[in-house]
Amino acid sequence: MKLPSRSVALPEAEASPEPSVETGDAGSFEALAMPLFAPLYNFAHWLTQNREEAEDLVQEAYAKALKGFASFSPGTNFRAWMYRIVRNTFLSSRSGLRAAATVPLDEEGNEEAALLALSETPESLLLARADQEMIRVALEQLPLPFREIILLCDLEEMSYREIATSLQLPLGTVMSRLSRARAAMRELLQRELRRTSHEL
Amino acid sequence: MNCEWLVRLDGYVDGELSPEKRAQYEQHLRDCPSCASTALSRLQMKRGIRAAAAGRYRPSAELRFRVARMTSPRPRASFPWLPQFSLAVAALVLVMVAAALWLARSRPADFASELLDLHVSTLASANPVDVLSSDRHTVKPWFEGRLPFAFILPNLQEAPFRLIGGRLTYVQQAPGAQLLFGLGKHQISVFIFQQSVRQLRSSTETRELGFTIDTWTQDGLRYAAVGDTEPAQIRALRQLFQAAHSNKP
Repeated sequence: MKLPSRSVALPEAEASPEPSVETGDAGSFEALAMPLFAPLYNFAHWLTQNREEAEDLVQEAYAKALKGFASFSPGTNFRAWMYRIVRNTFLSSRSGLRAAATVPLDEEGNEEAALLALSETPESLLLARADQEMIRVALEQLPLPFREIILLCDLEEMSYREIATSLQLPLGTVMSRLSRARAAMRELLQRELRRTSHEL
Repeated sequence: MNCEWLVRLDGYVDGELSPEKRAQYEQHLRDCPSCASTALSRLQMKRGIRAAAAGRYRPSAELRFRVARMTSPRPRASFPWLPQFSLAVAALVLVMVAAALWLARSRPADFASELLDLHVSTLASANPVDVLSSDRHTVKPWFEGRLPFAFILPNLQEAPFRLIGGRLTYVQQAPGAQLLFGLGKHQISVFIFQQSVRQLRSSTETRELGFTIDTWTQDGLRYAAVGDTEPAQIRALRQLFQAAHSNKP
């Protein structure tokens, strides 16, 4: 079993090997970063599940990004870069460390497991009845690595490649974790739906 | 049920398949009712998650204000020499303020006390403002013809402050504007006078009875903000005025 590498380092060593030229003027940073403010805050709050922590996280991440902007190579994905900083900042915080430690991820040698995750009972009927509130609760209960990948994919509508950059994971792991995360999400919802239908 | 095509369902739902693979997949969905129903439910789930999570948490105006100020081009980033420079400026300002204080003695304190009195009596009044409006385009024109000068009211959309209204006021027999702002439960007065009103030249921040009084000059006018909030918030309000002035067309 190999844990996915989860570096909490700052993005200095980002993507492009060529030395970035003097691009780091604050004006262009503002123009790139401020439109992401509301979605990044939403994402941060989903990660921390706490307003105060989310506020500190966003502020700290923006400060780090501003500082490290000179190392951002233009042409690469700025959005993924920002999400990555938010997430790494969160993971290096105390509650982030705790959240990341909640689930063991055995993602290697997962072919059968991934297939198993795909074969469940007729889900369409049951899941069609899941309402927004139920989905919200399920998302909140999802372990952090699953929650964040689902948010990046379904909410932020990032491509697998962008997700790989944001989460610093190989593309293959992105796909297998996403599949697993969705299976976990469906399981939570089905459990919840069965419970409520019993109560009726 | 355990169709081999399910392995690529995520890729299909997330739009990650190449056009050819996508066409193949759609052909399969037409032939396989089980996969078609699963695909439909996955698409619904994806949409449901988006609807449930999007904009679920909204940042406060105050946080936006703080972050925007940090990222606006003014901050240091491109001025590595700024720390030393600002230290020198701070020392110089300190000397100047000390000298000015020594020269002016009690005058600024009197001025500050007068403003503080005005602020407190305004808050205590049953009709604190002559023009009651949160719309700067209502408040500012109201002063036209009532004052021998014009001033700029900042746009507060991104800021934590709200405009309550304004009134005419007099300090040292000179007419001026008093604008009332709200911040949470606190109220802050911003006074605007012509420069002929006597007091300190440079910007000062004084504290009296738990109130902060911040004065500055811009556009040939004297400004003073008075309130019982954190001094940093008074400064933030001042910066809004100063920014509005420098953004003037």
